[in-house]
Amino acid sequence: MSQPNRLATGGRIDRGRPLAFRFDGRTLHGYAGDTLASALLANGVHLVGRSFKYHRPRGILGLGAEEPNALIQLGRGNRTEPNLRATQIELFDGLDAQSQNRWPCLRFDVGAVNSAFHRLFPAGFYYKTFMWPPALWKTYEEVIRNAAGLGKAPEGPDPDRYERMHAHCDVLVCGGGPAGLAAALAAGRSGARVILADEQSEFGGSLLGEADVAIGGSPATDWVAEVVAELESMPDVTLLRRATVNGYYDHNYLTVAERVTDHLGVGLPTVPRQRLWKIRAKRVILATGAIERPLVFRDNDRPGVMLSSAMRGYAVRYGVLAGDRPLIVTGNDDGYRTALALADRHARVAGIVDLRAEPEGPLVEAARDRGIEVFAGHSVAGAHGGRRVEAAEIAFMTRDGSGITGGTRTIECDAIAMAGGFNPTVHLFSQSRGKLRWDEERAIFLPGTSHEAEVSVGGCAGTESVAQAIKDGIRAAVEQVRDLGHTVRQPAAPAVEEPGQGAGNRVIWMLPSTAPVGRKGKHFVDFQNDVTAADVMLATREGYRSIEHVKRYTTTGMGTDQGKTSNVNALAIVGQTLGVDVPAVGTTTFRPPYTPTTIGAYGGRDVGRLFAPVRTTAMDSWHRANGARFEHVADWMRAYYYPKDGESFRQAVDREVTAARQGVGVLDASTLGKIDVRGKDSAEFLNRVYTNAWAKLGVGRCRYGLMLKEDGMVMDDGVTTRLADDHFHMTTTTGGAARVLNWLEEYLQTEWPEMDVRLTSVTEQWAVASICGPKSRELLGRICTDIDLSNDAFPFMAMQEGTVAGIPARVFRISFTGELSYEINVPTRYGLALWEAVMAAGADLGITPYGTEAMHVLRAEKGFIIVGQDTDGSVTPLDLGMDWIVSKQKPDFIGKRGMARPDLSKPDRKQLVGLYTKDPNEVLPEGAQVVETLKPKPPMAMLGHVTSSYYSPSVGRSIAMALIKGGHARKGQTLHVPLEGRTVEVTVTDGTVFFDPEGSRRDG
Amino acid sequence: MAEAGRRRGPTGKPRYSIFALARNALSYHENWQAAWRSPEPKPSYDAIVVGGGGHGLATAYYLASVHGIRNVAVLEKGWIGGGNTGRNTTIIRSNYLWDESAAIYEHALKLWEGLTQELNFNLMFSQRGVITLAHSEHELKEMRRRVEAIRLNGIDTEVLDTAGVKKLVPIINTDQSIRYPVMGGFVQRRGGTARHDAVAWGYARAADDLGVDIIQGCEVTGFLKDGQGHIEGVETTRGTIRSKRIGCVAAGHSAVLAAMAGFKLPIQARPLQALVSEPIKPVIDTVVMSNAVHMYVSQSDKGELVLGAGTDSYNSYAQRGSLNIIEHQLAAACELYPIVSRLRVLRTWGGIVDTCPDASPIISTTPVDGLFFNCGWGTGGFKATPGSGHVFADLMAKGRPNAIAAPFSLERFSGGYLIDEHGAAGVAH
Amino acid sequence: MLLITCPYCGPRDDAEFSYGNQAHIARPVDPSVCSDQEWAEYLYYRDNPKGPFAERWMHAAGCRRWFHVVRDTNTHAILQTYKVGEWPDPAIDPREGTS
Repeated sequence: MSQPNRLATGGRIDRGRPLAFRFDGRTLHGYAGDTLASALLANGVHLVGRSFKYHRPRGILGLGAEEPNALIQLGRGNRTEPNLRATQIELFDGLDAQSQNRWPCLRFDVGAVNSAFHRLFPAGFYYKTFMWPPALWKTYEEVIRNAAGLGKAPEGPDPDRYERMHAHCDVLVCGGGPAGLAAALAAGRSGARVILADEQSEFGGSLLGEADVAIGGSPATDWVAEVVAELESMPDVTLLRRATVNGYYDHNYLTVAERVTDHLGVGLPTVPRQRLWKIRAKRVILATGAIERPLVFRDNDRPGVMLSSAMRGYAVRYGVLAGDRPLIVTGNDDGYRTALALADRHARVAGIVDLRAEPEGPLVEAARDRGIEVFAGHSVAGAHGGRRVEAAEIAFMTRDGSGITGGTRTIECDAIAMAGGFNPTVHLFSQSRGKLRWDEERAIFLPGTSHEAEVSVGGCAGTESVAQAIKDGIRAAVEQVRDLGHTVRQPAAPAVEEPGQGAGNRVIWMLPSTAPVGRKGKHFVDFQNDVTAADVMLATREGYRSIEHVKRYTTTGMGTDQGKTSNVNALAIVGQTLGVDVPAVGTTTFRPPYTPTTIGAYGGRDVGRLFAPVRTTAMDSWHRANGARFEHVADWMRAYYYPKDGESFRQAVDREVTAARQGVGVLDASTLGKIDVRGKDSAEFLNRVYTNAWAKLGVGRCRYGLMLKEDGMVMDDGVTTRLADDHFHMTTTTGGAARVLNWLEEYLQTEWPEMDVRLTSVTEQWAVASICGPKSRELLGRICTDIDLSNDAFPFMAMQEGTVAGIPARVFRISFTGELSYEINVPTRYGLALWEAVMAAGADLGITPYGTEAMHVLRAEKGFIIVGQDTDGSVTPLDLGMDWIVSKQKPDFIGKRGMARPDLSKPDRKQLVGLYTKDPNEVLPEGAQVVETLKPKPPMAMLGHVTSSYYSPSVGRSIAMALIKGGHARKGQTLHVPLEGRTVEVTVTDGTVFFDPEGSRRDG
Repeated sequence: MAEAGRRRGPTGKPRYSIFALARNALSYHENWQAAWRSPEPKPSYDAIVVGGGGHGLATAYYLASVHGIRNVAVLEKGWIGGGNTGRNTTIIRSNYLWDESAAIYEHALKLWEGLTQELNFNLMFSQRGVITLAHSEHELKEMRRRVEAIRLNGIDTEVLDTAGVKKLVPIINTDQSIRYPVMGGFVQRRGGTARHDAVAWGYARAADDLGVDIIQGCEVTGFLKDGQGHIEGVETTRGTIRSKRIGCVAAGHSAVLAAMAGFKLPIQARPLQALVSEPIKPVIDTVVMSNAVHMYVSQSDKGELVLGAGTDSYNSYAQRGSLNIIEHQLAAACELYPIVSRLRVLRTWGGIVDTCPDASPIISTTPVDGLFFNCGWGTGGFKATPGSGHVFADLMAKGRPNAIAAPFSLERFSGGYLIDEHGAAGVAH
Repeated sequence: MLLITCPYCGPRDDAEFSYGNQAHIARPVDPSVCSDQEWAEYLYYRDNPKGPFAERWMHAAGCRRWFHVVRDTNTHAILQTYKVGEWPDPAIDPREGTS
């Protein structure tokens, strides 16, 4: 249970709750309240990973989201997660973590051989090599791919559940440090609806890691607790912990990734694992703090080299000393706070290397008073050590900081804290399209011009003092809520005691050493992607001068940390190399998400059964019970065919087709689109949207219509029936129903608003059983006694209302098969009853349910087209040989002008023809291409393709339709269909009606 | 092409190779030359290419290498390759349905094969195959039509059944009871991916080598015409630059340029978003596209899963789109590849794509003599880069389109012979 | 995610709407007198400005009514929404020849 680096007292850990965990198979112990990183450090584990390219040993650099190095594979099997930052994993009992990117193990990693050849691997080396011989690139690439990547994906499907949540608020406060808490409190007291989200397990932000700040005379964390308690008591305030505001989208729409159960180590049945909040906020207060900047010095990546604030945070918040003998390297007073905090906790501080020539002020004095040696005006010329830093070489700098003077001196140390100043966390501000402003004096980017209704406060606005952050938070919230019309109830800003920050930060972008950068050792800028200062300078030298070029060429800032610690250093080094100021190099644009976010959380519940809706008809249960096979048609599941006793697909379809031709068949036609058209201008409206004439259609009569787009291409078709002078029942294709309704609505609302026409989708209101075949009249007669079914009383293309099987029905005598046929429409809730009644009444007639495939065969035998199968958006009615349905009289209809364009009447257009194969049993595959002149091998010029092809039991041979260049003039021609490995000879038929061309069957 | 590649121009930059790397390592890589110069614009050029993306740089390169027109400027308002070249999902294929499309994309694919060597810049062109999935009977039939057309156009293609897909993509969900079961697919094995930035850089370096001036940070603000309406030059943020031959290759900003030149284009600028996951060890070797489950995926050499989907519905120049597109795309990813659910999105971004009514490009003369436009590549331009540049250079050099470019003229919109890749095209990418 | 104010229903996420491109393009009264080029322009040619744009939206998941929006295609700022039959505020009217 020994945790050698754990202090005896202090920290926000619960020493009463020890936890056991595993790292690379080794069992270690920590406490509740630890992160994996703090627990590893407590156990003296500094080496936690290997770098991406050189496989250099790497330790923990940061304290939170900024961590570039300590990436961990957590868990195993289907629940494993790669690339998690150890600094953000809350410790739980039984946690099982493994290091990544090493083989066979972390201490002895074969990949480290790359390090030996590092001189051959500068930035962008792969663009310059691996080119010869060309055939070997695949092999090179395989090696590169296997070497790249970080952790491993899970092995199987994710057992956990995710959820998305919509929310609205007056004020969304992003970040629960001093500024954010104060803002939330001010807004909450004023009665605003507030959401406060923070990525950590508890609120408090930086205050959780500071020992030298008191608020209202008590430790700062007491103030945090009070504020949180008050916020929790407010009904209109929502507090989200473990919730990272990760995306800032248009019009104040933000996403928050909440990790609901990850810290427990197990899922809970009642809650999702993670929740993606989608919040529309009237106002946003950004209080996202600041991230410390590493210093760029030689071999600054040795395990044990950390951010100063992180080293202090581990000591104060977790009671862990990252080193027994730490060296502080700083350009500012904040580094002294770390030195003092560590010294207070029994560390033997090895010294403070201050980049400033003459540091002064209370913190400096305090350090000196404690006997800590201050090396003013010094540089760290390099770090020594392998798997752990062992010493630092320091040297006095020239006045301008560009070089060192005199010799170097070696200081033994087992940790180095880097205090390079703080970069405001402007990521969300930048995501919102706010413009960043470069503060030359402080060498930081600050929020500049806003794009959205937001305001930045605290560390992310460049504020360094807690007192000021609290004041700013209150002021910002008050301004926002007053603006929104709330009565302001402003909390008083508490008194804050904190160390005064003296002279500013001295910024030296690359600490001078004994040799120029690039000549000796490595000065890392981007730790995760192994990008050095020399790489950045090389890119610049090679002409990659925009920061975006530098990023892409060197990959700096492109790691999983998205450059949180490296971006500004890289920008500045480019600027320094080119001799221009930082804004001239560019600012990088930050993109969502702020920290990597689980794919499953974005998908939410829209997976598996809920991925996409499935529409089923009222008769679906019957089809299932009776062995139907289904096919997806648009959103619908339709019965495809009903195999009996081991029948093949073809046998079943042949049987269904034959039954419909010789006896009686029934099709579930419920999925056809149906639109109720009403109003006194309805007939005129149909005149405009169909190619044929509608004014004179009698009440109770049906007509087939073709709809075109304005370009003259066929869009949809269907039969429309006049129910009354001002009332029509329109049908559309199954797949086109929604599109047609939208299309018609658009014309009505935007082009012809003066027309009195109302459209209602009634697809779901009517269930349809279509009975077909010579015995269909007899069948219908058995279950419908109030309609005279005689041919004279109820002719083809007519509709009658009556009662079928005791159900009020509309019966349409229309036919998509050429047979005597009735489409019986009943209210959907009676659909199954109707179907069962039809089946029962037809039992002795041999009634045969048929599916969509038989329907396709039946219609093809008659040469009826299916829009979307025999057309593809590039086919006109003339191409289909359907001139008969295009009115010559009407002055205008949609598509008329489009059809008149010159290219649409060219004789070599693709036109619909019928095809017979030479061998009557050969069924061409649909989609097969037709050629005029065969060549021994491709390429060969194609005439067009087979759109429909079936074996026709009625004709006793195969039939096909095809769209063929100049097809209408090719009757009788022999053409060829070259298939893989063989060729089929075909003849163009006379027309596309293969069966009953006289139409003698439709009246029974 | 190979001959053109061997020609090295006046700047005589040393070639890249492992030997060059080793030699430069000895001098700490301090002696590498700039991959391209950053010259001041000259007062006039024989030709100007507006737009320093992959297509524009390729155009300039082929003007110099194929047509011997070397006094050429590429004007880029930002940094080269900063538009859609650097924002796409890097998919390369030529398995298009219509003959006209197949011709230009196959022309491009043939140029891709060997381009690394021709440009002496490793584009990481990787022919790892592109699979298109079918999820219904209807899609299977559409796939057959496409496959037959591709095959007869002499382009490689291969039909896969479900097991065949699974073999190539072991992480795919082939459960036949899901909403969109994988019922089959087809693969173009010569298809694949390339390193997008490298394409811009490789063309830039090679074009620069032949004398082309690549001028970044130079935004065109207007066009100059002579009394007869012939193009005479451009006004830019860096002054007036004259040329009687100007080609615009500005993708999403084409309509803005056309408006400056005084005419309209049938082009709409739409946001197209894409994203990458965190890098992981290899899980998928090929590119997989699906229409019904609308998304496409590949894995980069760095290990990131690269995911794309469709455009946002509205016009925008903001290089950002709406979240619901990303949500649908990632739900689709989880549906087809269940193991990705626990991986994490690293970075999302948006580009501005120039979409045409028929989802086919415009490579055309314009109402202004001497001014040419190459645009409208929509969501699929990256794969065409070499072919687009090659035929556009030809158009600019000769003033009339060659056989490959001719179908893509502006006249098709009035005549009505559109090359509608929406229709049976499956995914519009 | 844009926040679009439907003139009938109020502010909603853009995911509820479908897009209809440029507004105020009337279908020619007599298409038969249009030249091929004029017809092509009606069919395919739309303004595509970088900046304010008068465009059509339809509240597909709401009232299903078409309406107009003046929106800046660069900043995404929504400057006005108004009903079919109404016109943009002259101060922000982005249509050619109106400003």
